[in-house]
Amino acid sequence: MKKSKLIMMLGSLLLVSLFIFPLWNITLEAPQYPEPLGMDIWITKIADHNPNDVKNINLMNHYVGMREIPEHMKEFDIFPPVVMAMAILGLLIGWKAKPKFYLAWFVLMSVLGIAGMYDFYQWEYDYGHNLNPKAAIKFVDEVGKPMAYQPPLFGTKTILNFTAHSYPMVGGYLLFLGMFSSIVAYYISRKEDRDDALGGS
Amino acid sequence: MKKINKTAFLLLAISLIVGLTSCVQDKSQKGALAGSTAEKVFVAPGEYDDYYAFLSGGFSGQLAVHGLPSGRLFKVIPVFSVDGEKAYGFNEETKPMLETSYGSIPWDDSHHPDLSQTNGEIDGRWCFINANNTPRIARISLKTFETVEIIEIPNSAGNHSSSFVTENTEYVVAGTRFSIPVPQKDMSIDEYKGNFKGALSFIKVDPDDGIMSIEFQILMPGFNYDLSHPGRGKSHGWMFFSTYNTEEANSLLEVNASQNDKDFIAAINWKKAEEYIKAGKFKTVPTKYAHNVYDESTHSATSTMEKTVRILDPAALPGLVYFMPTPKSPHGCDVDPTGEYIVGSGKLAAALTVHSFSKMIKAIEEKNFDGEAYGIPILSFDATLAGTVQQPGLGPLHTEFDGKGNAYTTFFISSEIVKWKLGTWEVLDRKPTYYSVGHLMIPGGNSRKPFGKYVLAMNKITKDRYISTGPEVCQSAQLYDISGDKMELLLDFPTIGEPHYAAGCPTELIHPYTQKIYKLEDNKHPYVTKSEHEAKVVRDGNNVHIYMTMIRSHFAPDNIEGVQTGDRVYFHVTNLEQDYDVPHGISIIGAKTSELLIMPGQTETFVWEPKNIGVWPFYCTDFCSALHQEMQGYVRVSPKGSDVPLKWSLDGEDL
Repeated sequence: MKKSKLIMMLGSLLLVSLFIFPLWNITLEAPQYPEPLGMDIWITKIADHNPNDVKNINLMNHYVGMREIPEHMKEFDIFPPVVMAMAILGLLIGWKAKPKFYLAWFVLMSVLGIAGMYDFYQWEYDYGHNLNPKAAIKFVDEVGKPMAYQPPLFGTKTILNFTAHSYPMVGGYLLFLGMFSSIVAYYISRKEDRDDALGGS
Repeated sequence: MKKINKTAFLLLAISLIVGLTSCVQDKSQKGALAGSTAEKVFVAPGEYDDYYAFLSGGFSGQLAVHGLPSGRLFKVIPVFSVDGEKAYGFNEETKPMLETSYGSIPWDDSHHPDLSQTNGEIDGRWCFINANNTPRIARISLKTFETVEIIEIPNSAGNHSSSFVTENTEYVVAGTRFSIPVPQKDMSIDEYKGNFKGALSFIKVDPDDGIMSIEFQILMPGFNYDLSHPGRGKSHGWMFFSTYNTEEANSLLEVNASQNDKDFIAAINWKKAEEYIKAGKFKTVPTKYAHNVYDESTHSATSTMEKTVRILDPAALPGLVYFMPTPKSPHGCDVDPTGEYIVGSGKLAAALTVHSFSKMIKAIEEKNFDGEAYGIPILSFDATLAGTVQQPGLGPLHTEFDGKGNAYTTFFISSEIVKWKLGTWEVLDRKPTYYSVGHLMIPGGNSRKPFGKYVLAMNKITKDRYISTGPEVCQSAQLYDISGDKMELLLDFPTIGEPHYAAGCPTELIHPYTQKIYKLEDNKHPYVTKSEHEAKVVRDGNNVHIYMTMIRSHFAPDNIEGVQTGDRVYFHVTNLEQDYDVPHGISIIGAKTSELLIMPGQTETFVWEPKNIGVWPFYCTDFCSALHQEMQGYVRVSPKGSDVPLKWSLDGEDL
């Protein structure tokens, strides 16, 4: 089998790792938490990084009126079949289709990825802004607007006494590697075509 | 003019020299204040001590956990005395821990902590400690730092030569200081001699869960059994007890028990005892003793009364016990890390007597006896003697070892620690203690592997060492660096109660394995409430059971109505937190008991018997969060027979 096909198929298979590893992680650091609190975001759930972390994040957040991190979200129903479908599609493309479809697969993955990030941002926005009006602690910013507690989409941010970090985890990195593989596969296929052409003449 | 100048110069030079030397003297006198000394005990903020030290609380009945080299006090673990701070002995769950055959006892006198061992080395699992007055042995978990078991010792009185652990924690050994009639009977005290007995108890420790059971008692002649230590290495399988009052006096012991030139160290062959037990050479005698076990899954203790104990008679069982004559009322009875030397500190003698284990075995084989006492062979003094440390000090009490061939003995009367060499018996160094040292402790001292960096002296007299607190002053410990040739005093620090013995070990044997929370899902307390929705109030005749939860920062329920005067109200309170170091407390006005201090995931119960109608507040007693002051609630008490229905709620909603 051609190297390009193999890379395309292996790259698609890397998507399956999202069922084995978490995609993303948000970690909260504070002086009172020498062991920071962390939640791991999977395509199927939001889970403790260390035992009881989600419970303890909820406990902290209830003072400012943030809702509890949901045990179930509609995304948990949508993501798994989409990821599985894209993995199968990638495998099929790698096996049968022409290399230009590798790029098409990459573009489709990117669109879905951006949609996913947008969805994640919207949830974060709601989570950080939609506060219980009866919250015990109500802070306002310098212009007198109610303070929001939205965690960063990517990177590090200070929220009151917490420093929040938002970065991909193993599943996320493998997802990027899988997507990147499709581009690599495309370029290798072009080189292979050139080599074939030279060999043929 | 020139001459005057010369004289002035001379005077100046002399005064300078004098000034300089006095400065030097001043510095050496300051000793522990010197910069380098302070650095040796300084543990920077946020850093950890190198060693745990478990100091007995003496007449406080408790066990104190300190760090070394800083001397800082971290926790007082309640063991034999009630503790209102931690609700020990006050909440329903721990009340059974203080049950005895005499009923519930709120106090005792704790003396000698010892740590569990595997292969002669400290394994960081449990700490054992004895109650001296009403004889008991306690086991403390070093995962939770809570007392998890207490077993009473029958036929014993003044449980002093306790609680020493054999090198695989096969047994915790407990000996009686007072001899008494066994079984107890109404008889003339004057008939003591020949009639009173001293029981030495061997308490088996389950290697998996640590549960203790009295395997057998050896019924010894009516002497006083003062201290003991296990053999180790080659002498593993033997236990050594110092005795005094071999005169068997029953009055004015300070004179009458000090008459014999030599008393004994009793060598007990407990492997032989096991053979005799197996062969059925014991007598099962009726008695009564409490066995109290705290279950970490139900967070509750139960007390069971045991009915019999197995007794071995050393006079009838050859090879079980031998006496080694030891001068002048030996107190400490300490075995070196190799197991070869047994040091007897004759507290009224001018020299320290050291016995040799291999010479003892040889003397037994050669039947080198010097008579017998109550059927027990007395080995010839010269046959077991390894050597004597001559003129080491006055009033030797206890010896520990550094694992490098040196021994350190405390001298009560001359108030000092003396370092001497095993084998050559020469005195190497001596340092004063302030004042009148009793026990001393080198971490790992009672094991094959001491950690010979520090020795801790625990003093009997404090007087002017600290700022005064009136007639009653704190007790005092002193830390010495023993890593060099000469000992160096580093630190004084105050202690609780009266520290007798202590036990210590490196931090890494315990610290990484300690428990942070109790898992709520594993909580099997019969009155646990695992979520706010399950909170409820149940009436059963005059008993009212409140199933309550606590989490930052409210109780559920926090409004309760329908309680009546004359009711017995049980607050069964579960801390729903699952985060490290978030305990909550609770108490209610007029409760005739202590607060509860409940760790995350734990359930505890207190009883309140309201006498007056009204609306009575309760609140969280441990500052738990920014809204701690809001963590409170009310119970409405109506007159007996009132038709106010039982009702409970949180934020206006029924749960």
